[in-house]
Amino acid sequence: MAPTTTARLAGKVALVTGAARGQGRSHAVRFAEEGADVVAIDLEHGIGSVRYPLGTPAELEETAAQVRALGRRVVTAIADVRDEKQLTVAVDAAVAELGGLDVVCANAGITSAAPATAMTAEQWRDVLDVNLTGVFHTVRVAVPHLRAAGGGSVVIVNSAAGLRAYRNLAHYTAAKHGLVGLMRNLALELGEDWIRVNSVHPTGVDTPMMLNDDALRLYRPDLENPTRDDVAPVFSGVHALPVPWVEPVDVSNAVVFLASDEARYITGASLPVDAGRGLT
Amino acid sequence: MGKLTGKVAVITGAARGQGRSHALRLASEGADIIALDVCEDIASTSYTGSTADDLAETAAEIEKLDRRVVTAKADVRNYEQLDTAIGKGVSELGRLDIVCANAGILSMGQLHDLTEDSWLEMIDINLNGVWRTTKAATPHLIESGGGGSIIITASGAALHGVQNIGHYVAAKTGVIGLMRTLSIELAPHRIRANAISPTNVNSDMIQNDALYRLYLPHIENPTREQFAEAVSTTHPMGIPWVEPADVSAVVAFLASDESRYITGMQVPIMAGRDC
Repeated sequence: MAPTTTARLAGKVALVTGAARGQGRSHAVRFAEEGADVVAIDLEHGIGSVRYPLGTPAELEETAAQVRALGRRVVTAIADVRDEKQLTVAVDAAVAELGGLDVVCANAGITSAAPATAMTAEQWRDVLDVNLTGVFHTVRVAVPHLRAAGGGSVVIVNSAAGLRAYRNLAHYTAAKHGLVGLMRNLALELGEDWIRVNSVHPTGVDTPMMLNDDALRLYRPDLENPTRDDVAPVFSGVHALPVPWVEPVDVSNAVVFLASDEARYITGASLPVDAGRGLT
Repeated sequence: MGKLTGKVAVITGAARGQGRSHALRLASEGADIIALDVCEDIASTSYTGSTADDLAETAAEIEKLDRRVVTAKADVRNYEQLDTAIGKGVSELGRLDIVCANAGILSMGQLHDLTEDSWLEMIDINLNGVWRTTKAATPHLIESGGGGSIIITASGAALHGVQNIGHYVAAKTGVIGLMRTLSIELAPHRIRANAISPTNVNSDMIQNDALYRLYLPHIENPTREQFAEAVSTTHPMGIPWVEPADVSAVVAFLASDESRYITGMQVPIMAGRDC
């Protein structure tokens, strides 16, 4: 979608975790379109229990190239949100280089799929470590910089699964529900510092995390090699608006809104971007 | 090019306060405006009602933004008036894409003390009026064929009970149910429905002696400053109220294609209240 009349984040610096591709890249690019410089973070290699390939350093460089092409500055860093020390070093260095931090988009997330009773301990731990503890780390590392800037906006990329349950995703649902509590508590504790904290709750987004072969088979167990077209009707059926999934930019537009001063008194809010998934 | 260029929006309660702010913001994003207001005092409220001059001022400010505007005196308690006014606006401006059901009143009293007239007037404006507005507008949204966005002004008071404004709470909570059902029924037409729930907004509806006394019953003649201090403590962000422009920014977002898959949602503009 084209940038709107004015650059809503001109002069700001925005941090994005999981920025190598998918939603994270889209958020980074939308921030840049709105005038922000970007700190783009992703990890070096895959995670044990995750069966689809995660973002790579080469993909992170592609994100950086897209930000630069918009005339904005970008600092990339390889860091794992599970490792608070590594994240601190990366963020502190990047913020020093760009001169401050105003916006944090805690986007990094993973998933795997299994019924709760059949889930391995590794599957549970990896999802909780990245999707919940990783956000806790990200915000803790960022807050001193936001305070130094006199305030800021934290946008947590949650999920429709933060507000309702999904089969085969007990770990993901638990982590994302937990993130709602974390978001609310942070909003309460950081309000006096003029730091706002909100979350966006997308339904399925067209990214490798969702539309990979394993996931396609999960939703069409009757087919050996289901395609996107095969699963689309399954997903459309659960949405009020007649679409199977949303695009990364639809989530980014909500993230940009919450990051901008247009939302200056919105904090502690859960904003669904779910085509009406949560209505019924 | 604004993000609402080529669109037409109808706004109720557009003569002043939040309604005027929404009209100007949507116009600044490129929309043409149908601005409706009752332009008279409301019996059960203690503050002065809007006037025809207020509505004319809203229109003049829209014209300064180089947008077209159609105004009409219309009462959300009267379906015929709404239907006629919206129909006339649409025929003049060519289509309809956005509906801001904004018109609302506030009066006070414990539920057992409220007069029946006061209860009925509240429900008739703040709840029934929203339904009448959406009923009158929806055929035009469907016929325009571009999808559409309905934005209902609820309130922070839609989220929990509040002493002395039980009728207001009932009406505002009711519009949430109305909004949710609209979002399901109209989704096949790609028409979205959402609600906004602001905390206190700096407008005539809250800046009056009766409301100051509601918050400070132990003070005989509370001042604006005393009210500001008391109400600030309810917001973790430490502010007393938000400005109409803060609510309009959310309206503009929900009206635009930037929120094209957001429907059935209420957005709190609460400065952290109720976290």
